[in-house]
Amino acid sequence: MKFHRMKFPRGILALAVAAALTAFGSFAVRAQEADAPPRLSWSFAGPFGIYDPAQLQRGFKIYREVCSNCHSLKLVSFRNLADPGGPGFTEAQAAAIAASFQVTAGPNDQGQMYQRPGQIADYFPPPFPNEQAARAALGGKLPPDMSTLAKARSYEWGFPWFILDAFRMYQEDGPDYIHAIITGYTDPPPGFVLPPGGQYNKYFPGHAIGMPKPLSDGQVQYTDGTPMTVDQYGRDVAAFLMWAAEPTLDARKRLGFQVMIFLIVFTGLLYFTKKRVWHDVLHDAELQRPRAPTEYQH
Amino acid sequence: MSGYSTYKPQSPFMQWLERRLPIASLIHSSFIAYPTPRNLNYWWTFGGILTFMLGVQIVTGVVLAMHYTPQVDFAFDSVESIMRDVNYGWLLRYIHANGASFFFLAVYIHIARGMYYGSYKEPREVLWILGVILYLLMVVTGFMGYVLPWGQMSFWAATVITNLFSALPGIGDPIVTWLWGGYAVGNPTLNRFYSLHYLLPFIIAGVVVLHIWALHVVGQNNPTGVEPKTEKDTVAFTPYATVKDAFFIGLFCILFAYFIFYIPNYLQHSDNYIPANPGQTPTHIVPEWYYLPFYAILRAIPNKLAGVIALGLAIISLAFLPWLDTSRVRSANYRPAYRVFLLVFFAAVIGLGYLGSQEPTGGYVIAARILTLYYFGFLYVILPLLGLFETTKPLPNSISESVLREGSPAGASAPASGA
Repeated sequence: MKFHRMKFPRGILALAVAAALTAFGSFAVRAQEADAPPRLSWSFAGPFGIYDPAQLQRGFKIYREVCSNCHSLKLVSFRNLADPGGPGFTEAQAAAIAASFQVTAGPNDQGQMYQRPGQIADYFPPPFPNEQAARAALGGKLPPDMSTLAKARSYEWGFPWFILDAFRMYQEDGPDYIHAIITGYTDPPPGFVLPPGGQYNKYFPGHAIGMPKPLSDGQVQYTDGTPMTVDQYGRDVAAFLMWAAEPTLDARKRLGFQVMIFLIVFTGLLYFTKKRVWHDVLHDAELQRPRAPTEYQH
Repeated sequence: MSGYSTYKPQSPFMQWLERRLPIASLIHSSFIAYPTPRNLNYWWTFGGILTFMLGVQIVTGVVLAMHYTPQVDFAFDSVESIMRDVNYGWLLRYIHANGASFFFLAVYIHIARGMYYGSYKEPREVLWILGVILYLLMVVTGFMGYVLPWGQMSFWAATVITNLFSALPGIGDPIVTWLWGGYAVGNPTLNRFYSLHYLLPFIIAGVVVLHIWALHVVGQNNPTGVEPKTEKDTVAFTPYATVKDAFFIGLFCILFAYFIFYIPNYLQHSDNYIPANPGQTPTHIVPEWYYLPFYAILRAIPNKLAGVIALGLAIISLAFLPWLDTSRVRSANYRPAYRVFLLVFFAAVIGLGYLGSQEPTGGYVIAARILTLYYFGFLYVILPLLGLFETTKPLPNSISESVLREGSPAGASAPASGA
């Protein structure tokens, strides 16, 4: 088939780009209310990126020792710690971790709720029994649940990044943001008035964040020689939270590669089938014969 | 749908069936012998792609419904449970959520193709109107589906969109209360949206049957806009159109799979991973990308009622295209002025989409107003006048002649038919 009609998409594309550039050029100067989080390199980025179990275990240690004092993780179960594509704990290790938590169970035969050590099928118990208890203990603030946090936070990169990011498979704005928040505590610039109970964070929208600086150098002990810095803690806990939010990422990318190979081969075969089927139509001598206009009077 | 068939049942059973229910000859006539213009380009494969996407959405949706709980306290967690605990639940949900976007991508290309080649013109008016009805049903179904995960954007999108009806004088507030099933967006709203989200795709499937029926009565338009005149102008649907559609569905699936497996949350708003909270309004409420142009039109107009009317009119006006366009030449390939105005129209819609995603302040509002003006100016001023004044290029005598004129000379090899 002749493709003179290819003018159609190219024309649209040119006009779209022109319109977008005009829009961008005219109004791009827009005050960002927070600094852009630095883009880090993650083991789970890109088409073949998967989680690093050692990093997830370090991140889990931070969650357990620091974050879990205030933040719940209610959609994650202890059994998930032993799931493939996760932190790589054995089932026995996951059961031991579960047993180190007290969970509320019941009611028992007397109609009473009671505390017992966690079992592998239990979910991570929340630090506070309800929202009111959390607010009462934390000066009115409510720490968000961390189960989907890494997918629930992002940064508006604006044009043209939002187009480029589709090609670069950038899906890590959540972990980038979490790492930025953890490392973003600084003194407020002169003239900035912090509301009571607020902390200054250069990456937080509006800058006044309710959470006090959660981590400092050397606070969580690593045994594998990884540097015990806030920057490293931020990377590790952000990776752990990404796993908590998207535990099937490894399986998704593995299956994705197989599906892509299949689709590309299958579509290629369809292309050659199509070419073969249409060959006779495109090489039809009768069609190619010049004819007089009178021949069309049917 | 009959009349093209040369089907003669061979086996005694098929002859027996044919006398009682001629379904085999109906299928043969509609999907095998049906003549399609030989010069259709790949923009014509999006009808097949849309049918495929409807099937994908129904199959994944029915399975998702087996695991989803339409109750405000459990909806968000049940979706997360699908993602975490259901076998391949993450795959089903990512297919379904991204499938909505790809369904709309395909329908926008399909509509743009219809406008470019004048496919709405006599005798295809009813075919076109059925298409506008299908698009409207898709808009409603997509919106209700977006509410079901009951995240922050789900809840606030439901609140903002249903509140549009409150702009209607007098009857507005009772309508909104009736839509909600209460005095705020709540459990009854979620329940009915779920019920309708399950129902409407089957209504869409029914209208698709009418759409294809109407298509098979009047026949397909083609890039020249000249009706087929001889047998040489057409080829049989099978194998020619089927293999071509299949190839392009394959290409479409590669792009679709790229989003599902590598950037599944690219088209989602991150706020929808926060459970719905009626007490906390997101800083910036935006609809899904496929509604953004209409959202920009809504916000471009300072008066709420006028904005809502403009929003409705922007979609409904498409149904009047066969009468707004006064030109007798169908294809934009033979209408140089229309071609330019139309491409600017497409660019304006994309521009409106971008503006719809931005906060409505300063220059953005002015730009949205200019583009909105062009949107309606194109439909109600340019289109009717253009047909009266435009000098069109001479049309080919037939499809075969256009293929001959623009194709390679006899004996030479055919140009590659790559996309």
